[in-house]
Amino acid sequence: MSIRHGLLALLERGQMYGYQLRAAFEESTGSTWPLNIGQVYTTLSRLERDGLVRSLPESAAGQRPYEITDAGRADLALWFATPISRSDRPRDELAIKLALALTTPGVDVRAVVQTQRTSTMRTLQELTRLKYSSDRPEDLPWRLALDAMVFHAEAEVRWLDHCESSLVRHRPPAAGPAPLSEAVGHSGEEARR
Amino acid sequence: MTTGGGRTPATPDPRATSDSVAASGTVAADPTGDTVLDLRDVHRTHGSGPAAVHALRGVSLAVRPGELVAVMGPSGSGKSTLLTLAGGLDSPTAGEVHVEGQPLHALDRRGLARLRRRRIGYIFQNLNLIGSLTAVENVALPLELDGSRVRAARRLALDALTEVGLLELADRFPDQLSGGQQQRVAIARALVGQRRLVLADEPTGALDSQTGEAVLRLLRRRVDAGAAGVLVTHEARHAAWADRVVFLRDGVAVDSTAPLAGVEALLSGSGR
Repeated sequence: MSIRHGLLALLERGQMYGYQLRAAFEESTGSTWPLNIGQVYTTLSRLERDGLVRSLPESAAGQRPYEITDAGRADLALWFATPISRSDRPRDELAIKLALALTTPGVDVRAVVQTQRTSTMRTLQELTRLKYSSDRPEDLPWRLALDAMVFHAEAEVRWLDHCESSLVRHRPPAAGPAPLSEAVGHSGEEARR
Repeated sequence: MTTGGGRTPATPDPRATSDSVAASGTVAADPTGDTVLDLRDVHRTHGSGPAAVHALRGVSLAVRPGELVAVMGPSGSGKSTLLTLAGGLDSPTAGEVHVEGQPLHALDRRGLARLRRRRIGYIFQNLNLIGSLTAVENVALPLELDGSRVRAARRLALDALTEVGLLELADRFPDQLSGGQQQRVAIARALVGQRRLVLADEPTGALDSQTGEAVLRLLRRRVDAGAAGVLVTHEARHAAWADRVVFLRDGVAVDSTAPLAGVEALLSGSGR
């Protein structure tokens, strides 16, 4: 998600100034995505440049509210209607790390797996604790944001379990370290047997 | 490895003094002070010679009041063996198991049976409910076996069913209840009376995710009220309800997560 669309969605509720937007954003995401005020103002000025929001006159307290424009509403509607593309996500460093660990001499791959599993498990515990601490109806947006992270962490633990059971079956090539592609291919072959 | 421990002393724990809020009455003081379950370098070998299977190979684990420990590991890692030893259903080949300061090996059969009936609650994957008894009769059964009067046992059983939200269905038979409701009856039976140690083996079984979560909330709530709990599971999402997760591999505890900080610390981003 872009902060840009997050702010547009919040402005669709009504006009707000920077600090209000930051507070509303954090409330919506349950503080799972903290924003600094600089990010909010930078994003607002880009949105204004692109004609998606307009700034209103400053209040007596020196606060400048913003409101969404028709073009902003159209952009927001398009965002809601378009699925998030998985290819937009950054490369999975963990998958790359394990693939390299498998083919780098002297690396205890099972230890790499376990270290990551313990760390991810702890994250999962923290997320679950946060979820357990709140079950008011108004916390639903936050709980769903937490659930997304819970499912992601859980998937990572399951993948690590899968890596470990594949490692148990894995027979490293006899002569010297094989190129990465061969080792991965070999592992897949073992798994299919 | 030793996986003992709990919350850091620096974090005030409201659970530590909350025994009195447990639904089933007062809980006797723990003679050891602060450890309900203590496994000390426990080994369990099945068979002998070349065919011997080493289910556990030197596992130590201490669980305190108000602490829920999850044990994770693949099939055959020794998790269920650990639970049966903790509950006195089996004896270690070497090492010691202490429950509320009592070494289980020093108890005779009757003493061990009494401890199991009074102080230890089990939640199995297989519910083991008796089909010819109603929900409340199933829950009261361990108390009656322990010599409680029928009326007193029923009262405590109704308290336990209230705790799991099933009071209205107390007089139904197991086959008149859904899978989730049957599981809650099994939990009520595990919690009834003065149980200080709750042992759960894959307690969410084949339940859907919402019902499974409700089961874990019940377990969590009882532990928060001062019991000690051990949860065996292969599901990370379920283990995440614990304060600490211990990983077993081939009968050895290979790692464990550090105890969690309080929720306030998590919210302020300093929980790790």
